[in-house]
Amino acid sequence: MKFGIVVSEGPYTHQASDSAYNFVKAALATGHEVSRVFFYHDGVNVGTRLSIPPQDDRQIQEQWSALAKEHELDLVICIAAAQRRGLLDQNEADRQGKDANNIAEGFRISGLGQLIEMGIQADRTITFGD
Amino acid sequence: MSEVKKFLYVNRKAPYGTIYAQEALEVVLIGAAFDQDVSLAFLDDGVFQLTKGQDTKDAGLKNFSPTFRALGDYEVTKLYVEQESLDERGLTLDDLQDIQYEDEDDDYEEKPSIIVVSRAGMADVMADQDVVLSF
Repeated sequence: MKFGIVVSEGPYTHQASDSAYNFVKAALATGHEVSRVFFYHDGVNVGTRLSIPPQDDRQIQEQWSALAKEHELDLVICIAAAQRRGLLDQNEADRQGKDANNIAEGFRISGLGQLIEMGIQADRTITFGD
Repeated sequence: MSEVKKFLYVNRKAPYGTIYAQEALEVVLIGAAFDQDVSLAFLDDGVFQLTKGQDTKDAGLKNFSPTFRALGDYEVTKLYVEQESLDERGLTLDDLQDIQYEDEDDDYEEKPSIIVVSRAGMADVMADQDVVLSF
């Protein structure tokens, strides 16, 4: 089965990104395919590399980045949602005249069309939200 | 990408207070370019999104409610509204905006986009979809 995943809540405040991570890991471990993970609403905040959780807690962004590296996952952050919330890659930082980028390894910023395309191509689209 | 899927955007939250409604509408507008079979569902506090006379001036927020009346131009013409959710909030169809589309298969006659369905009917609408995105 080919899954498309939507993460629509931010890290730590909500469990949504943890549940999505566990689901994706389990799906891949049992031979399923995950065509894309699309981060929307506050979910885009999962993709900042500047998060510093306490040492005895999980590092949600690093978990996703490592999983993406291992399985060549496509982690997409919605550009419209990201701009509102201060999530930038270097391209966007240059284009918008901002002095830094904060996107983590393994994530890319793209448009909402990627969400629709994922829905069309996946066998099942699953939303992890509130 | 010739495959056409049935997309349902489920709106459950009030229009202001959180950003879900506004960002859901952004998905609907972008998604319209993909020529899929699109429907919207409004239930729970989501029915407030369609009310007439929204005024956000004093709250300092953007009033995006006029956009719903433009959805017909994007060929988004099926807005399912749950009767029980209206009832529970003391709302009737008269409290909602008059949202219409031009039916190109019927000499461009203007027809209502809002379809009021029961809770059981809404379950049928949802069961009939390929992709359900909930906001």
